[in-house]
Amino acid sequence: MALKMVKGSIDRMFDKNLQDLVRGIRNHKEDEAKYISQCIDEIKQELKQDNIAVKANAVCKLTYLQMLGYDISWAAFNIIEVMSASKFTFKRIGYLAASQCFHEGTDVIMLTTNQIRKDLSSPSQYDTGVALTGLSCFVTPDLARDLANDIMTLMSHTKPYIRKKAVLIMYKVFLKYPESLRPAFPRLKEKLEDPDPGVQSAAVNVICELARRNPKNYLSLAPLFFKLMTSSTNNWVLIKIIKLFGALTPLEPRLGKKLIEPLTNLIHSTSAMSLLYECVNTVIAVLISLSSGMPNHSASIQLCVQKLRILIEDSDQNLKYLGLLAMSKILRTHPKSVQAHKDLVLQCLDDKDESIRLRALDLLYGMVSKKNLMEIVKKLMTHVDKAEGTTYRDELLTKIIDICSQSNYQHITNFEWYISILVELTRLEGTRHGHLIAAQMLDVAIRVKAIRRFAVSQMSALLDSAHLVASSTQRSGICEVLYAAAWICGEFSEHLQEPQQTLEAMLRPKVTTLPGHIQAVYVQNVVKLYAAILQQQERAADTQAAQEVTQLLVERLPQFVQSADLEAQERASCILQLVKHVQKLQARDVPVAEEVSALFAGELNPVAPKAQKKVPVPEGLDLDAWINEPLSDSESEDEKPKAIFHDEEPRHAKQRPPEADEQELARRREARKQEQANNPFYIKSSPSPQKRYQDAPGVDHIPVVQIDLSVPLKVPGMPMSDQYVKLEEERRHRQRLEKDKRKRKKRERERRGARRHSSLHTESDEDITPAQRVDIVTEEMPENALPSDEDDKDPNDPYRALDIDLDKPLADSEKLPVQKHRDAETSKSPERRDVAVVEKKSKKPKRKEKKHKEKDREKKKKAVEKGADLDFWLSTTPPAATPAPEEPGVNAAVTAPKEEQEEPRGEEQDAAEDGEQALEKKPSKHKKKKHKKDREERSKDQKKSKTRAPPREGEAEPVENGALDEEPLPPMSSYSLLAENSYIKMTYDVQGSLQKDSQVTVSVVLENQSSSFLKNMELNVLDSLNARLARPEGSSVHDGVPVPFQLPPGISNEAQFVFTIQSIVTAQKLKGTLSFIAKNDEGSTHEKLDFKLHFTCTSYLVTTPCYSDAFAKLLESGDLSMSSVKVDGISMSFQNLLAKICFHHHFSVVERVDSCASMYSRSIQGHHVCLLVKKGEQSVSVDGKCSDSTLLSNVLEEMKETLAGC
Amino acid sequence: MIKAILIFNNHGKPRLSKFYQPYSEDTQRQIIRETFHLVSKRDENVCNFLEGGLLIGESDNKLIYRHYATLYFVFCVDSSESELGILDLIQVFVETLDKCFENVCELDLIFHVDKAGLVGAPAHAVSAVKNMNLPEIPRNINIGDISIKVPNLPSFK
Repeated sequence: MALKMVKGSIDRMFDKNLQDLVRGIRNHKEDEAKYISQCIDEIKQELKQDNIAVKANAVCKLTYLQMLGYDISWAAFNIIEVMSASKFTFKRIGYLAASQCFHEGTDVIMLTTNQIRKDLSSPSQYDTGVALTGLSCFVTPDLARDLANDIMTLMSHTKPYIRKKAVLIMYKVFLKYPESLRPAFPRLKEKLEDPDPGVQSAAVNVICELARRNPKNYLSLAPLFFKLMTSSTNNWVLIKIIKLFGALTPLEPRLGKKLIEPLTNLIHSTSAMSLLYECVNTVIAVLISLSSGMPNHSASIQLCVQKLRILIEDSDQNLKYLGLLAMSKILRTHPKSVQAHKDLVLQCLDDKDESIRLRALDLLYGMVSKKNLMEIVKKLMTHVDKAEGTTYRDELLTKIIDICSQSNYQHITNFEWYISILVELTRLEGTRHGHLIAAQMLDVAIRVKAIRRFAVSQMSALLDSAHLVASSTQRSGICEVLYAAAWICGEFSEHLQEPQQTLEAMLRPKVTTLPGHIQAVYVQNVVKLYAAILQQQERAADTQAAQEVTQLLVERLPQFVQSADLEAQERASCILQLVKHVQKLQARDVPVAEEVSALFAGELNPVAPKAQKKVPVPEGLDLDAWINEPLSDSESEDEKPKAIFHDEEPRHAKQRPPEADEQELARRREARKQEQANNPFYIKSSPSPQKRYQDAPGVDHIPVVQIDLSVPLKVPGMPMSDQYVKLEEERRHRQRLEKDKRKRKKRERERRGARRHSSLHTESDEDITPAQRVDIVTEEMPENALPSDEDDKDPNDPYRALDIDLDKPLADSEKLPVQKHRDAETSKSPERRDVAVVEKKSKKPKRKEKKHKEKDREKKKKAVEKGADLDFWLSTTPPAATPAPEEPGVNAAVTAPKEEQEEPRGEEQDAAEDGEQALEKKPSKHKKKKHKKDREERSKDQKKSKTRAPPREGEAEPVENGALDEEPLPPMSSYSLLAENSYIKMTYDVQGSLQKDSQVTVSVVLENQSSSFLKNMELNVLDSLNARLARPEGSSVHDGVPVPFQLPPGISNEAQFVFTIQSIVTAQKLKGTLSFIAKNDEGSTHEKLDFKLHFTCTSYLVTTPCYSDAFAKLLESGDLSMSSVKVDGISMSFQNLLAKICFHHHFSVVERVDSCASMYSRSIQGHHVCLLVKKGEQSVSVDGKCSDSTLLSNVLEEMKETLAGC
Repeated sequence: MIKAILIFNNHGKPRLSKFYQPYSEDTQRQIIRETFHLVSKRDENVCNFLEGGLLIGESDNKLIYRHYATLYFVFCVDSSESELGILDLIQVFVETLDKCFENVCELDLIFHVDKAGLVGAPAHAVSAVKNMNLPEIPRNINIGDISIKVPNLPSFK
């Protein structure tokens, strides 16, 4: 053995440390991977040794390897071992490794709970600190729940170093365990005024982070933050607070008004750019929130814009970037003031920095008007040509489309220009946004009727050009535009000048290289074209040509029949048969054109994207009900990819039976419009200036301005958008002249005395009439569309769970789970806490919400009160005059947690009192003190339920600090020994649960006392008629229940088992066995430990608070049987005695007068148990009343035993 | 909130990395690689902010970086952080390292990863929630065999 030790330490001398590892990796540049795998093997050897220093070294190296990207999750258990080392240097390594590689899915993480708890309460602040640091990285919902209370205690640690960390980590705890937010919040708020600036800023950080996600719950903190903002000199904190206000102002415009002044002062005074920038940002947010209300803040806007301009003009690229970023926020509400700086923005477009260019692009979006759209887009197009790198080019492309299509093409005056821009964009190689362009083409062609002829001519040119087909290799590439081109040419084939040529272009063999969904569209539209051509030729009585076209189709369609794409194939074979049939008819000289084109008759209307969702479900229709017997699951649904489905929508619409003729349609539309107009809930589509043309009956009636045809409309090859700019200028010029003329005429007319229309014609140059009197068809909504603002919130958003009203007083059910038993925690002396740690019993919250009506009412009152406070604060105009916001509400909330700590069950009453206290708003501190006394007295009068009679409740005791002269309560634990052998020690506790009738939960703490590793633990109990162990579904009565963890040496953990009880009136014992495998160096052995579970009657009782009036009623009711016991030789103080009864027997004190107290409890099956406890000299008598006499006598017997020990 | 802190050299070799959200090792490597490609492409005299849908991010996230000699210091943060504040923070971080190692250079980080990690640790703990603060870096850590002196730093500009 000794030899082994020596050998071990010699080996260790040759172990690599971290430096050696790093050096080694650097020396093995060529075969790094091999070297590292070799190192990992060594590390695995090292981890097998018993020496903790070796292990720590190994884990340290692993951490480095993890950073280099190697998986080290296999060493998770070793990391835990190192974490539990007693030496700080090792512990630190362990926690560092854990924070790097543990996450929620790490299964060994649940073994760490007790270790972390131990470290958290360690006397060394560095142990605590490192545990907090580590925990912040790998906290899980379970850890958060079990440790929340420990961390909350640390928030009032004496060392600011710990306080700060504890405050910060609370944020992570809130995220994982949202229930902890309300109980912890008062203390967090308290930390906002911590003397240590670090802690203060930590608290600000946490609250800001919380408030950012759910701002409305934090509005009541505004006064406090306002005070901090005006008093703090720490720029970091200021930035955070100012950012927070930015999030709050949209909810409360009055807050904004209050903020403007101090913020502007800060803007003028501060020299820190970061602070200045954040101030400007928040002022902008304020202005946005005010924008609807009051317009007289133009000075502030000017100030912001001015400051931002300075930023943008700065030579520092960072400031330039941020300036543009902030500018884009102003843009949304005050576009006018930003537009003045157009020159600057355009200049930034030429910046060499891509980030800045992108920001400038964002700004452009809001700067366009009818006047400058063409100019700006032209500039962007030159950028597109110059841009290197596809990402920036793609960004440009989407921006161009965004800018042009914004608010229903509001700024486009000439759609021919827009189409040619789109066509020019198709020349981009390698863009990912082909589908975007395609969608625009389709949209414009469908909705702008006047442009169809032009669009069709351009599209047929596209179809003719070869370069697009060539690019078909990448999906969603530019070839997507062919989808749109084919469809437009087919659908609006009547506008085609040379349909035959287009038809041939669409039937080229090369087309089969296109993606399937495009081919499918080709096939369908080939037929549409064919129908048009047939009609044309039959009208011309050119049967020869008609037959030739048919022949062409019969020859070429088979290439689509062989397509790999199902859709294309199916359509092609279907259509091929159709054409063959037509060919036969043609051979017999039967006119077919009418019938073929009837396939495609009817007009298409654009449908709003949400229209389908908005169709109301008819009454009486249950979409979830089966209409017939459900089929077996074996039939797999063949789902189509979503994109395809979406793309096909127009076609489905197309296949509508053509029975709805034009008149019928018009009539229906009219009727619908009428109905919509009368329906206040109907969502009108965004108003556009073009909308008024909508009522024009048809295309023919639209007056189209004649375009100067000096430039031919059909541009050979690709069109040039530039020419439209010139054209447009000329057109506008002409218009202006015309208008002037008209005006002049009018003036003359007026001079002649015509008084009509005197108020008309005040338009500015801004109203440039569009070149095409376009009919932008608005999207259709279904009749009776339901107005619904569906919020697309992600239900999985982790922050959603934190949307909790923090102003409500705490309810009884909301306490953090405490490790110890409820009542044991009276004083918080250090040795007491140690006791708690040794016991390490984590009690899961078992009491569920029990809402009392009174409490609810109080809550409401308090909430109202809070609101009033805020109102009051907001309405006082001079910010300086606001007294330090020591509002009663805040204070009451702050005091609450302390009391909660002392007497966890008393807080219900406290909460109620808080509510009342808040009702009488006393702003000054002085009054507040007096008030507190009032409250103290009132509470005496009220005699409401109190957990355990704290001295100040009693008449005879001094009112305050009564506990001082009382001896402290001895530590108590209800865990009693279940069984023990050399391997394992079992202690247990039984708790009734109120939620489930007749169920009790047995918490068993298993502690490994050996040096072996215990696993495969299984607990089995011999069920009795009265009590049964709840086993997992499917297991038989003789199966055991596995313990969900394993135990390394020296570790303890708690498992819970649920039992169902039939009758609770008598106590009983159950025999059981724990079986497990003990594994050590010598091998593994099967072990067993027998035990006897004792269910006392007490364990069926659940602590339930009771009001004295209800208690009195209960006693008067007369349906309770009575019994009593007396115990002599008691030396313990009455208070401790009561505490003991409360703790061990699950009672609560209803009322206490001198040395006499009434107590109450309830069984899990609803029996009431009332006690009257009287203390005489050296003796105690207990009188009990209960709805079941057997239960009562058994409970009293058990109580006698407890008391006898006192 | 700080989402990640990455330090790598001019060749993209990670020198110190810390993620505050769990990612698999492969993803972490990929993120570092991708970040390196984005950052290294940029000229010296352009701005220090980067946006874009990296692996790291929802649209809310931003990369804020600084380049010192052979090392890139990259912080990934969301919109609750002040951009300029984070830049200052990087400066503070580097100054702290500098004071700890006396003229910090890449090799220091390579050979004293654990200590650098410790210096960063307060930062890390903090950034468990985010944002660290000058006073939050303890002035003097002296525990057992580790002794790092953190001198007074110039106060925040």
